[in-house]
Amino acid sequence: MRMTKVVRTVADLLYPFCMIFGLYVVAHGHLTPGGGFQGGAVIATATALLIAAHRYDDVSARVKSARMKVFESVGLLGFLILGFSAIILGQPAFRNWMLSRGSLFNDSVAFGVNPGALTTGGLMPLMNLAVGLEVLGALTIITLYMLSGTKEDPS
Amino acid sequence: MMLVLFHLLILAGLIITAASVVYFRDLLAAAISLAAFSLLLALEFYLLQAPDVAIAEAGIGAGLTTAIYIIAIRGTKRKEDPDE
Repeated sequence: MRMTKVVRTVADLLYPFCMIFGLYVVAHGHLTPGGGFQGGAVIATATALLIAAHRYDDVSARVKSARMKVFESVGLLGFLILGFSAIILGQPAFRNWMLSRGSLFNDSVAFGVNPGALTTGGLMPLMNLAVGLEVLGALTIITLYMLSGTKEDPS
Repeated sequence: MMLVLFHLLILAGLIITAASVVYFRDLLAAAISLAAFSLLLALEFYLLQAPDVAIAEAGIGAGLTTAIYIIAIRGTKRKEDPDE
């Protein structure tokens, strides 16, 4: 059963907006509700929209299984490396050592009620990014394999 | 008072959508009804001051599982045969 042209066009139109919202949730994980897992799930929903609307031959060129595997591995490795990098520096595991160094994401938080700044949080934004990549890759691979194992009528 | 009314409306909608999942013979209609159930559940989570869980529920429940169900339905016939 092939989806109609309306479904395919709407999926193509909605795809970038879903993806931007997911990236927003990942990037603002340390400021607003949500974070790596939720943002990655939203991005994976965007790709699942494409996968559900198109046939496997059409979508496998746009959503590549090998690339998603790379995302998953890089996200998982990145999270572990970031988590255990504190041990290499002689501190407890998962300690937010970046907060005390003059580097990326190191601004101090303003006092009182404020919307928050993106450049705060130390290691947490990087960890959110790693978890987002991992969840995006894993959930997309699940839906992609689901589609590749489904027999479809040629009509 | 207004919040209680919202809660009651959403809970009634949850029961209606959950019952209609079982009621519908059309598989696609049942899958969409399950998506509506997840969306209402996400709204309820948001009203209960858990926006974090609401985003996860809306992403996983309403988005991904519906996509997986629709992909599975594409491999089947649309309607259940009453004779079998």
